[in-house]
Amino acid sequence: MSTAAPSYTASEEQVLSVEERAPRGWRDLVLDHPRILVGLVLLIVLTLVALLAPWIAPHNPIAVDADNARLPPGAGHLFGTDELGRDVLSRVMWGGRISLPVAFVAVGVGLTIGGLIGLAAGYRGRTTDLLLMRFVDAILAFPALILAIALVAALGPSLRNAMIAIGVVQIPVYARLTRAQVLQIKSLDFVTAARALGASPVRIIARHMLPNLLNPLIVQLSLSAAFAMLAEATLSFLGLSAPPPTPDWGFMINTGQSFLVNGDWWMTVGPGAAICLAVFGFNWLGDALRDALDPRLRG
Amino acid sequence: MVEYLIRRLGLMVPTALLVTMGVFALIHLTPGDPATVILAESYTPEAAAAIDRDLGLDKPLPQQYLLYMGRLLHGDLGHSVRNKLPVTQAIGERLPATIELGIAALLWSLLVAIPLGTLAALRRGRALDFVASGLTVAGISVPNFVLGILLILFFGLLLRVLPVGGFAALTDSVPDNLSRLVMPAIALGTFGAATNMRFTRSSMIEVLNQDYIRTARAKGAGWWRVVNRHALKNALIPVVTIVGLQVGAILEGALVTETVFSWPGVGKLAVESIFSKDFPVVQGIVLMAALAFMFANLLVDLVYAWLDPRISYS
Repeated sequence: MSTAAPSYTASEEQVLSVEERAPRGWRDLVLDHPRILVGLVLLIVLTLVALLAPWIAPHNPIAVDADNARLPPGAGHLFGTDELGRDVLSRVMWGGRISLPVAFVAVGVGLTIGGLIGLAAGYRGRTTDLLLMRFVDAILAFPALILAIALVAALGPSLRNAMIAIGVVQIPVYARLTRAQVLQIKSLDFVTAARALGASPVRIIARHMLPNLLNPLIVQLSLSAAFAMLAEATLSFLGLSAPPPTPDWGFMINTGQSFLVNGDWWMTVGPGAAICLAVFGFNWLGDALRDALDPRLRG
Repeated sequence: MVEYLIRRLGLMVPTALLVTMGVFALIHLTPGDPATVILAESYTPEAAAAIDRDLGLDKPLPQQYLLYMGRLLHGDLGHSVRNKLPVTQAIGERLPATIELGIAALLWSLLVAIPLGTLAALRRGRALDFVASGLTVAGISVPNFVLGILLILFFGLLLRVLPVGGFAALTDSVPDNLSRLVMPAIALGTFGAATNMRFTRSSMIEVLNQDYIRTARAKGAGWWRVVNRHALKNALIPVVTIVGLQVGAILEGALVTETVFSWPGVGKLAVESIFSKDFPVVQGIVLMAALAFMFANLLVDLVYAWLDPRISYS
């Protein structure tokens, strides 16, 4: 299976196979599954554009210029301008600075709370398990996006509340995933051995369970980042996320929609494409990682 | 089967109770005093007191919940703050439009998913399979409002073959109703089409690898007959589960899709009510969505048990 580059000498390749092949590293994984690379590159490009927006965006994203309102895409404005004469391309670039962090924070909230619930439920079992999982079932009983929208509607529309709401609806998936894995691993011999040797629960979880949880978690992280992006876009399209004039992809589509009938397609197509690319990137990466990491799908 | 049904229903009770608590709590999540939020500029102490009385907010919390549950069990979801209509009536008026859209979206997703998923499985690893996989990831990545706007742009404004939005009652004009239904149904159903396609494909691949398929082939049955008569029936069993989950996706998507296409359903009502701070209507819709979703999942489990006799639930 070793298909190293032909430039390696035999001895170099041997060193490689001993030091790097034994614990399959990330490099091997990506090289064996080029689809992972495609997803990673797409996401890195999007992140870089968002990070560097203040320097690479051609115009100020919130500068109103009434004389140049609703210009079609052209030399000065590659993606055209919106109803207030703001440069659509610059706003799309800056928009990533809202959507991407929202996705990361929301996933973080879901992972932390859900992960802890799952660990506690799986490890303690009995009443703890029963009570915690009923709580999780209750969240799961709501269609996720409707719950998120209802939470933001109650808490009041803002970026922070959007992050909280999207995070809360992600709790069940992490709780269930972690619990299932913990239950599976708990009864394995090496965990029993560790316990027999007097290891504390914290040590057992940290040293023996977390590493085994990692693969399914990584896949889920990518897929739920995709969901979080989609949910943020939806909330902001409905006007329930960052307030104007913040450049936010969903809300740009919301305002652009009223100008569609005049034929001003560029106000919606730019931010729409950005949302699709970001969600696609995370979904693609998650899919590729699952193919690569899930032993049941290998072969 | 009956015993299983009873047990499943029994398990639903604590969850449903927690759901009602969650929905009840929604209004109390509002920072500050709901009456102030609802009234905004038109705030007067008298009006605020009236709202508190109407919503029962002047009583202690546990009592409020018990009163809420008591009314709920009588089918009373309260009254709209905006137009004083009973919430059940407000939702009931909008429900047919949403159900029509939901069924159309479901049909679209199955019509696309089952043939394409089957073809992808039969052509595993070939060009068609890759195209289908790409379409799947694309289908779950395009938000339905973006897809809706692209459809409006293309079919409504560029080709001018379909009306860009609005609604005509089925009883008034069938062609008018259907022509306005096409785009929202596609926008709403494409996400489901993609997930269903993925499941049809993987489940078809699994079934095609089984011995009885080889036996059928060995006995001289043609591919078409094997796929149609032997494989598809078993391959579609897991798809049933996904269709159940899709009910949730359709409920969620209806909010946005109906807003994009000015489709006068429950989803649009929800969005309108959120912006007019009509808490009783929002709570009513969220509760109904959760109950519909739970019921759909129950139904899926039952259908599943009925379709696949190997599954026993005792």
